[in-house]
Amino acid sequence: MAADAKMLRVRARIVNAIRDYFDSQDFVEVETPVRVANPGQELHLDAFAAGQGDDGSPRYLITSPEHHMKRLLGAGHARVFQLTRCFRKEEKGPHHQPEFTMLEWYRAGQTLDAVAADAQALLSVAAAAAGRAPPRASLYTTIRQLFAQHVGVDLVGDESESRLRACLEAAGHATVPGDGWDDLFFRVFLDHIEPAMDPEQPTFVFDWPLPLAALARRKPGNPAVAERFELYASGLELCNAFGELLDAEEQRRRFTEELQERGRRQKVVYPIDNALIEALPRIASPAAGAALGVDRLVMWATGARDIREVVAFPEG
Amino acid sequence: MATYDTSAIRKGLKIMIDGAPFSVVEFQFVKPGKGAAFTRTKMKNLLTGSVIERNLRTGEKLESADVETKYMQYLYDEGEMCVFMDTTDYEQVQITNDLIGDDKGFMPENGVVEVLFFMGRAVGVTLPNFIEQPVIETESGARGDTATNVTKAAKIASGATVKVPLFVNLGDTIRVDTRTGEYLDRVGRA
Repeated sequence: MAADAKMLRVRARIVNAIRDYFDSQDFVEVETPVRVANPGQELHLDAFAAGQGDDGSPRYLITSPEHHMKRLLGAGHARVFQLTRCFRKEEKGPHHQPEFTMLEWYRAGQTLDAVAADAQALLSVAAAAAGRAPPRASLYTTIRQLFAQHVGVDLVGDESESRLRACLEAAGHATVPGDGWDDLFFRVFLDHIEPAMDPEQPTFVFDWPLPLAALARRKPGNPAVAERFELYASGLELCNAFGELLDAEEQRRRFTEELQERGRRQKVVYPIDNALIEALPRIASPAAGAALGVDRLVMWATGARDIREVVAFPEG
Repeated sequence: MATYDTSAIRKGLKIMIDGAPFSVVEFQFVKPGKGAAFTRTKMKNLLTGSVIERNLRTGEKLESADVETKYMQYLYDEGEMCVFMDTTDYEQVQITNDLIGDDKGFMPENGVVEVLFFMGRAVGVTLPNFIEQPVIETESGARGDTATNVTKAAKIASGATVKVPLFVNLGDTIRVDTRTGEYLDRVGRA
């Protein structure tokens, strides 16, 4: 299974439409390193090793260009976007390839709402480029609302792991021993929330619990949650966006926690990105950014069910 | 008891879930948010036949099911149970009728079936998909109102009653699909 000529043509049109959109919004397209020393501390992302730097320290392929793009914001750039390959060491699936194309964009001095408007516009732009009907009006909701509706739990967002476990069990959900906070959350998310989303209606899910958004700032006015949204459409998770965390000390603290958790779970531990932390205070506050899976956007726009249908040489 | 890692999941893998043995039917990698990876797994309960779906977290340890199958010959039925024999070592096992259920009527004496063992105990059988059996009881065909009766009942030697076309006679051998209990065709005349 692989993209045929027709699909590659549509894909190219979509990518061009994305560039046109950002150009019209006064963004600058940038290219940042793909081979880096700090691939990020994310608990569930593992980077491919890519040899060593001149100093002998290890290099890795990026799992996301976020760190360098934020450093550009710290150097004074206000609106930047990038289309780049990202690499994640994981198994393959209908929506996953170890190597995939990411669109990331950042607005310094602007809020998450502006980025949500970009995401909404990109859906329309991609639909037009693919010759499909414009998307239906999006649903805007929160994790707390979805949990109340489909899980029977009032999830404030700052529950401890044991409290979360107790709430889930009280609502009748069996939990598995050994599951951490995120496992407990995502198990229920996969079983009850994702299947309940209307595939025909793009859904923006805001206000994610803090343990799930290390690079996002706490939501002003609701510190129990992070200022984050995820955009879902046709059963695809398309876009992940943050009101960026710009507090250097808090970022360092979160990175350190993640690093320790990675160690506890016997994963490869990557060094903390000090250059990123140092850049944060120089970024015009507030700032917001997003990561969107281009392959998945093409899937959504063309109705493809498997990511291999939209990639010229898929793996596996 | 052996444990498997989720990376070992493949079609046919036998694992224990909630105390019952399951066989994996289908599986798919899913990874929500920036969260942990799961394997969405469809599996069949080997004792009841029901199919369930579970999301198994990557790294979760799975308990292997002590399940084995063996081809054995159905010898006879002894009241409440059926007796099977391993033709290689003549070992015999018994399975109660309730564990065999409706399959009993499609099990020809001396026919070979697959016997399922769970924790060393014989707990069920899987029949071959098709069997050929003589009809031992049926009315002669073309009687009654042919406008409405296109089939009639026929009892086969193994015990089940099957709907057959009117031209099938007593003593004819018919082929039956054991999965549906349906007549397929006539393979021999009396």
